Amino acid sequence: MLQQIIDSVRIFQPEITLTLVACVVIILDLVFKNRPRMLAITLLIGFFITGYYLIQQMTGMTVSAFGNMFLIDPYSIFFRLLILLTSIFIVVFSLMSAELYNGKRKLGEYYVFITTATLGMFLMTGAGNLLMMYLAIELTSISSYILAGYKKEVPDSNEASLKYIIYGAVSSGMMLYGISIIYGLTGSLDFYNINTAFQTGEVNFLALVAANVLMIVGFGFKISAVPFHFWTPDVYEGAPITITAFLSVASKAAGFAIFMRYFFTAYYDPVTAALSGTLATLSGFDWNIIIAVISVATMTIGNFIALWQTNLKRLLAYSSIAHAGYMLMGVVVLSSEGVAAVLIYFAVYLFMNLGAFFIVMLIADKIGSEDIESYKGLGYKAPFMAVSLSIFLISLTGLPPTAGFIGKLYLFAALINHQWIWLAIIGVLNSVVSLYYYVKVFRNMFLRNIDEEHEQLKFNPIQVIITILLVAPTLILGLYFSPLVNLAQASVNILGLK
Amino acid sequence: MFSVGLTHYLVLSAILFSLGLFGVVTRRNAILVLMGIELILNSANINFIAFSHYGKLNIDGQLAAVFVIILAAAEAAVALAIVLNIYKTFQTVNVDEINKLKE
Repeated sequence: MLQQIIDSVRIFQPEITLTLVACVVIILDLVFKNRPRMLAITLLIGFFITGYYLIQQMTGMTVSAFGNMFLIDPYSIFFRLLILLTSIFIVVFSLMSAELYNGKRKLGEYYVFITTATLGMFLMTGAGNLLMMYLAIELTSISSYILAGYKKEVPDSNEASLKYIIYGAVSSGMMLYGISIIYGLTGSLDFYNINTAFQTGEVNFLALVAANVLMIVGFGFKISAVPFHFWTPDVYEGAPITITAFLSVASKAAGFAIFMRYFFTAYYDPVTAALSGTLATLSGFDWNIIIAVISVATMTIGNFIALWQTNLKRLLAYSSIAHAGYMLMGVVVLSSEGVAAVLIYFAVYLFMNLGAFFIVMLIADKIGSEDIESYKGLGYKAPFMAVSLSIFLISLTGLPPTAGFIGKLYLFAALINHQWIWLAIIGVLNSVVSLYYYVKVFRNMFLRNIDEEHEQLKFNPIQVIITILLVAPTLILGLYFSPLVNLAQASVNILGLK
Repeated sequence: MFSVGLTHYLVLSAILFSLGLFGVVTRRNAILVLMGIELILNSANINFIAFSHYGKLNIDGQLAAVFVIILAAAEAAVALAIVLNIYKTFQTVNVDEINKLKE
């Protein structure tokens, strides 16, 4: 027992590092008052150490720590790397955000909660137990509630955090009720023991469906799927834009990670899997039909409401809802091919979405507005930023030669290979709809107010370098994507197997 | 003789859950909404402990209940802080009136 704990601690280094970093940042904030830049740099060093430990774990090993509480496999490492990369970018963004540094706001807690949210997301990706999963989700959520309302004196930010905590607490409460029913049905909280119970014993079907619908409420909230998306536009618009970017990428990635792990491991059916080679579910309970319906609703509603948005931050919120819908299509096909497509999509989504939010933040700091109307003539005032934003928007639409195209290509290929043609058609039609609202931004930047006098907006070199760091992968992954595809495919093999 | 069994606890928790959800949906005061959330969490706790005790299952359920109690406290602390801040800015805690973000 003791030896097992020692071994577990040894492979738990990334999470331990994050915990220590959070403590160090708290202490530094107490000792040196009001030195936010120093805190951010400490945090970055901590994140790089975490990344070092994570990369060391990339040996293809599959181990469980603390008695199956936490699983370390290529799948969780892939997601943890994505989340860590997002967190690093967010800290760098925060360093440049005029909005956050405005009015000598204290930023000690801000950086601490970014660390704890990251830790919570790390634990979400690897949770192998329903209790652990719930705790990890709450750790992430509670940190995010505070971060969303960090601009305390701004009414919008207050409203965002209130809406976030009410929707979040209700949906996680419903999820908890679902967990308690699953516990009653199977007698265990461990994913693998739940799976064994489903395979061996008769389970009340109605109770199982009810419990899983309640679970989907919780997951749906985290990945902002329709009809649990009501918080998303308001929170994304009201929160500081760095946090909006953080929630739209990292929080969604962690939500997908735990969502797929729970459903694929708990309902894994080895008999059908051996016959058809799919990650089949136990007979009688086709949870993927529910997901297919949610997926269609999510992309359609996300895309169509985005058409009427005038605030770019809010538009990107609806677009991120639509992207959650696309990614859910990869879950529906119940195969490792589909999961690999989701992983690829997340990797490209990270760069394009963070990039779009970063430029919106820089422009908002200069011109003081996020309205699409105020972007008129931006292509002449800030040509580099406008071109970069266009690249990100083209990538979000999913047009070649950008990375977004590769993400969509693998998703649709997985769908068609598994005879989900109708879903693929709805997905493609939705991409066409999304083109309209992305082009609206493009049109305002380049084709409006051409004749006016344009005063050049100045950006410092670091901001330009960060933009290039985000644009480059968006373009390169669109042309040279085999390493990413190989990594993603190597990361799913382990799912469902012990 | 009448004895209390698993079913009674499950019915009690289902009633609590429904009441909590009803409170969340119908109440307009943020504090009362938070009370509804507490009811939902506690209904799940009753489920956990009842299953653990009557189902002759492992200790996991009781352990889960302890963790949930702690989490409920943490969540309530953050929620109350946010509501306090809302009151300072908006001079109200009515969730219907705090709706400036939607056009």
